Amino acid sequence: MSTVEDRPTTDTTGSPRENGGRRWVGRSVLRKEDPKLLAGRAVYVGDVALPGMLHGAVLRSPHAHARIVSIDTSAAEAIPGVAAVLTGAQAAELVNPMPAFCAEPVPQTAIAIERVRYPGEAVAIVAATDRYVAEDACAAIKVEYEVLPAVVDPEAAMAPDATRIHETLDSNVAFHRTLDFGDVDADVARAHTVVRTRARWHRMGAQPMETAGAVASWNPFDQSMTVYSNSNFHNFLPWAFAGMLGVSTNRLRMIPCAVGGSFGSKHFITKVLAIAGALTKATGRPVQYLEDRVDNISANDNVGCDRIYDAELALTEDGEMISLTLRIIDDYGAYFQFAHGQHGNAMAQPTGPYRIGSLRYDVSCVLTNKVQQGFFRGAGADPGNFVLERLVDKASEELGIDRAEIRRRNFIAPEQFPFKTPPGNVYDSGDYAAVLDRALEIAGIDKWRAEQERLRAEGRYLGIGLATCQERTGYNASEWWFLYDNPPLPATSTPESVKLDVDAMGGVRVEIGCPLWGNSPETVVSQVVAEEFGIDPADVSVTYADSTTGAMSAGPGGSRLTIMLSGATRGASRTIRDKMIRIAAHAMEMDPDDVECVDGTFRAKGAPSTSMSMAEIGMRAHLFFHDTPEEESSGLVAVHTYDHPYSTPPSADRKDMGAFYPMVSHACHIPIVEVDPETGVVTLRAYYAVNDCGTLMNPTLVEGQIVGGIVQGIGAALMEEYRYGEDGSLDTPTFREYLMPSMHEVPEIVVEHLETPSPFTEYGVKGAGEGGRLVAPTAIASAVDDALKPLGVWVDELPMTPERVVGMVAGAREGRP
Amino acid sequence: MGETTAPEKIRIGLTVNDVRHDLLVEPRTLLADLLRGDLELTGTHIGCEQGVCGACTVLVDGTATRSCLVFAAQLDGAAVRTVESLAGADGTLHPIQQAFHENHGLQCGFCTPGMLMGACELLERTAEPDPDEVREALGGNLCRCTGYQNIVRSVCAAGRTMTADRNSTATTTATTTATTTNGAQA
Repeated sequence: MSTVEDRPTTDTTGSPRENGGRRWVGRSVLRKEDPKLLAGRAVYVGDVALPGMLHGAVLRSPHAHARIVSIDTSAAEAIPGVAAVLTGAQAAELVNPMPAFCAEPVPQTAIAIERVRYPGEAVAIVAATDRYVAEDACAAIKVEYEVLPAVVDPEAAMAPDATRIHETLDSNVAFHRTLDFGDVDADVARAHTVVRTRARWHRMGAQPMETAGAVASWNPFDQSMTVYSNSNFHNFLPWAFAGMLGVSTNRLRMIPCAVGGSFGSKHFITKVLAIAGALTKATGRPVQYLEDRVDNISANDNVGCDRIYDAELALTEDGEMISLTLRIIDDYGAYFQFAHGQHGNAMAQPTGPYRIGSLRYDVSCVLTNKVQQGFFRGAGADPGNFVLERLVDKASEELGIDRAEIRRRNFIAPEQFPFKTPPGNVYDSGDYAAVLDRALEIAGIDKWRAEQERLRAEGRYLGIGLATCQERTGYNASEWWFLYDNPPLPATSTPESVKLDVDAMGGVRVEIGCPLWGNSPETVVSQVVAEEFGIDPADVSVTYADSTTGAMSAGPGGSRLTIMLSGATRGASRTIRDKMIRIAAHAMEMDPDDVECVDGTFRAKGAPSTSMSMAEIGMRAHLFFHDTPEEESSGLVAVHTYDHPYSTPPSADRKDMGAFYPMVSHACHIPIVEVDPETGVVTLRAYYAVNDCGTLMNPTLVEGQIVGGIVQGIGAALMEEYRYGEDGSLDTPTFREYLMPSMHEVPEIVVEHLETPSPFTEYGVKGAGEGGRLVAPTAIASAVDDALKPLGVWVDELPMTPERVVGMVAGAREGRP
Repeated sequence: MGETTAPEKIRIGLTVNDVRHDLLVEPRTLLADLLRGDLELTGTHIGCEQGVCGACTVLVDGTATRSCLVFAAQLDGAAVRTVESLAGADGTLHPIQQAFHENHGLQCGFCTPGMLMGACELLERTAEPDPDEVREALGGNLCRCTGYQNIVRSVCAAGRTMTADRNSTATTTATTTATTTNGAQA
């Protein structure tokens, strides 16, 4: 059982209140990762070429649901250059089903056996001398299907007589649970008003510019496998991948490549790993399998939430929010491989920045004939923010309280932190009213209201949006399983480690366990080392550890990496710095307490001319054991593992999910849109955002994350959606149908920061990776509402495509709800 | 590739980053695959293979071109320029690359080579584009990380730098010429 009183006390000497004199933490240091990326010299998985390497390709099902009657691969095998053709059954003799991350009700193989359950599911795989030949071979494979009824609508899928996705299961409802936190019924009974919405958040996909891929190389002589890939979890779950690949855990070497974006979609890439793994085992040669875009959109774990909400917010007469009820149907697609992680995640902040006292969370995870959900930036909290802010706007309308004012009345106040939310997660710190006030100020609301009035007189519809949302950061993987009682897995700390060493000439190297995913781990680590040693970040060398080094890393995800890398790097830096102080003190015949490290020099306090350089100490530590203090071993190397700074296990009765996501950033977004009700086109005229993610490690890079996230949020609000036909076919398998924002759809975005340091983390940093996308969709929905208020439109479904906007306008005219 | 029976191949001469290559290519080989595979110029990235995303943009005879939509066999005699041509061998970034670095115009870097080559073409045509001109020119290149505005800033900044560099070179040349002339008169 977690209580706020259990929270850790962190050394906050680096926080600005104690130490305003930081030199590198907080500066917009130019990115260390850039030059190789700019020069085209970074090695992505598609750039890896090994001697004798073959290329993989996949034949995919055109049907959403079908029985595989027969597969004839003979013509494909006869094509010169084809080294292997494998059906699902053949591949299953080489690799095992994909790992399930909690308690998946059915095993899932990367290549279908007997039955396909979503459009684009792999049916056969090929390895050939080049990709062209491999695709020729796919085209030559003959598959006979018996098409089965496709289950497309998640509500229809829940009916007892619905076609079952898996015959071994009693129902298509893979998981259902109702959790009450606080006395919901009593709170609703005393409410003056209950506002309701039925909201729809359709499935969208991460769509990184680079697809997922792997180069796997099986060595049959020592039964080992080397895998280059763009998976994020090579140092988190290599043991699980080894089990799938049929390799002992200590003979699998996973090497990270530069990653061309992920946004959550490349954590696992288990299908890609299994396909490359099966093909290298079948051929005894290295095999590269790199998804093409259709592979990626139709079959990767690229897809986010797909939810229908029936939501209610109970309020008192003066607008105090007292209780929230969320009834959710979530369309998981054909498999439940990653379980209800996205609802565990949502449990971090379902009540937002408000003092809502009770919560009912009722979730049904439903199976249909679609590709399974994976993860996408926001990871379950994204639709939660959308629905909550829609309810708050609705309450503002119904109670006649200004939408900024109703928020202000309900914000958790600065003096109430750390604040324990109804489900148990704790928020560390914040000043939400200050963020709101500043956002209203920089947006120049009065000016836009005047513009709105002017345009309305011309028959044009300008709208001003407003949303104030949380971004829970520093994730803890317990969220994947803690909605289950059984198995009663304990909480994890989702640790991160780095190895830091100072060489004999004083050079600092840091080896990190996470990959380069488009974020800036090298820069962050260098800034922290520079801060701790007083050296220039440019002089720090950062490398990436493969899975054989013992590094621990859950990588970028859940906006955790800057928090965790800061902690790990600072810890390792301090270990080595302290050792160097002891060695220097010994050499200078002083007490270690009288030696300090300043500007990369170890010097006597008060007598800076008595000093030793990093190189002098480095050489002594590496080579001259007899000149170092007796208790010191040679060398200057430290591994520091930083465990999650604050996590507590859930209670057995799940009345308290524990603190698991307690570094909570906050933002207020104000988008300005113009809507053409005739064409349904929504144009963004301006966009203002004020963000508070604690101490800014690197303001420019934080702004980059926020702006990039907002633009993905613009996509979520206006265009991005997986669309399926009635027969379950995927209508959006390429970038011609799955639309994303280009330069033409996005305005210049204005971002400002406030800094409320976290009391839980080193330097007071919080995460910032998902905030943009967590806030923008609901803010833009609010703006479209505001624009079309004269027409009586209420937005409760995203994305607001032109067709939907026209439909909403027509619906409002006809008086439909 | 000895295991394949290749379709009839076509002989082409192609200059890539100032190096002349005499090549035998299959009719169906795309320029993107030729660059990345046979020529080992992996800086050009393939994002969608259907001309939508622009990641694979290179210059063909100075024109920004999607290398996933062009067959290598179409390019006999052409000059191709890829991202590898921009930075100096000593690690000096091209002014456009430097501007992307200074303005945080990239995150994962996958779309970046296409953006850089598109920017090269634009700046050849319009020395100091304004943001609208950049958005018009690069609007067909998708980026999923940055939200674009830092890319726009980067290209505008590169235009200013390159113009200033040209002017200062011109001034230096003029000064040198003047000095020489004066010297000759003396």
